[in-house]
Amino acid sequence: MATATVEEKKVAAPKEPIFGRKERQLLSDPLDLNNPITVQVLGICSALAVTVQMKPALFMALGVTFVTMMSNFFISLLRNSIPSRVRIIVQLAVVSTFVILVDQILKAYFYDVSKQLSVFVGLIVTNCIIMGRLEAFAMGNKPFPSLIDGLGNGLGYGAILMIVAFFREIFGSGSVFGFKVFDAMGINYIGNGVLVIPAGASIVIGLVIWAQRARNGQVEEE
Amino acid sequence: MQDLINIGVKSIFIDNMIFAYFLGMCSYLAVSKKVSTAIGLGAAVIFVLGITIPLNWLVYNYFLKPGAMTWTGIEELATADLSFIGLIIYISVIASFVQLTEMVVEKLSPALYAALGIFLPLIAVNCSILGGALFMIGRPYNLAEATTFGLGSGIGWFLAVVALAAIREKLKYSHVPAPLRGLGITFIIVGLMSFGFLSFMGFSIN
Repeated sequence: MATATVEEKKVAAPKEPIFGRKERQLLSDPLDLNNPITVQVLGICSALAVTVQMKPALFMALGVTFVTMMSNFFISLLRNSIPSRVRIIVQLAVVSTFVILVDQILKAYFYDVSKQLSVFVGLIVTNCIIMGRLEAFAMGNKPFPSLIDGLGNGLGYGAILMIVAFFREIFGSGSVFGFKVFDAMGINYIGNGVLVIPAGASIVIGLVIWAQRARNGQVEEE
Repeated sequence: MQDLINIGVKSIFIDNMIFAYFLGMCSYLAVSKKVSTAIGLGAAVIFVLGITIPLNWLVYNYFLKPGAMTWTGIEELATADLSFIGLIIYISVIASFVQLTEMVVEKLSPALYAALGIFLPLIAVNCSILGGALFMIGRPYNLAEATTFGLGSGIGWFLAVVALAAIREKLKYSHVPAPLRGLGITFIIVGLMSFGFLSFMGFSIN
């Protein structure tokens, strides 16, 4: 038994595992401790604007995850041949290509969602999460870790989006994914209009940040 | 003229970029710690929105819109619809304009560059600039109206960022619960300010 495990280790040691601890950390950090929205303060615009209901929020989260992953990967491939003076334009060109893809797919197959999200699909281009990750990670790392980093940050963004959208939809219009929860339970619930307007989103996100930081013990000194 | 005033008032107060659409929040939160930096970035946003919105209006109406290229006189181009690549064009116009301004300002006025320079790269990725362009495309504005809309949105953004910075400067002296300090309380304040701006709803000049 003992010799077998030693042999296994010998075989495993020289080549780096494709999905090792480093990659797992890249994936899990943005979900909580280094969340793009609540800790890095990136990509707030869309988080506030598309979270009235859960369905558009889910599509937005998927779209942003796809764009972050792909643009992180491609910018990382190109990172040594981009002149630093014009790098922003190059990055924006790559990002907007993927955003146009997402936009066209939504228009073709999910037209109602595309109408609901309106300009915010296009605004994925200037979503600071994407630019932030490109600058902070993809410009200095290999393509595969960049891909994982993009996936992690997209999921972290999506997680906050879904939490905020859940509270806004259930208390704002009494439903979850369009399913009338309170009606099904036989309770007559009148939606709280404050949560439907943009101001409500801002307050909900403030409270989410409060809860998360209280749990993780993070304190920001001004 | 009345239309222009109405569009201006609407874009400054009612459809405020920050309080009605939450566009440009990243830089909004990042620079609103001090009033002086807030004024710098706010001024840069007014300038860039005021110029790129009419620029993108021209690009859309003379190149991208279905049938926009009839002025070329070439039959194949007259029926072309390029609006699907709009996004990449608008952002290129914005980013290249910002980079150009940065280079010109750096050469001509080092003092202005020192004051505004560091904010200009931030602006290329400010959602309110691209958002403004996308809203403008969706509405039937003419060139003068588009320019007014651009300037008005910029002024609205400026007001919002300066107001928040002033509040945050005072906030240093208050006892906020530790985990809420910084980002959390800022979001709640933005929400409350947004309630205030709701009172402008329906305001128009006839």
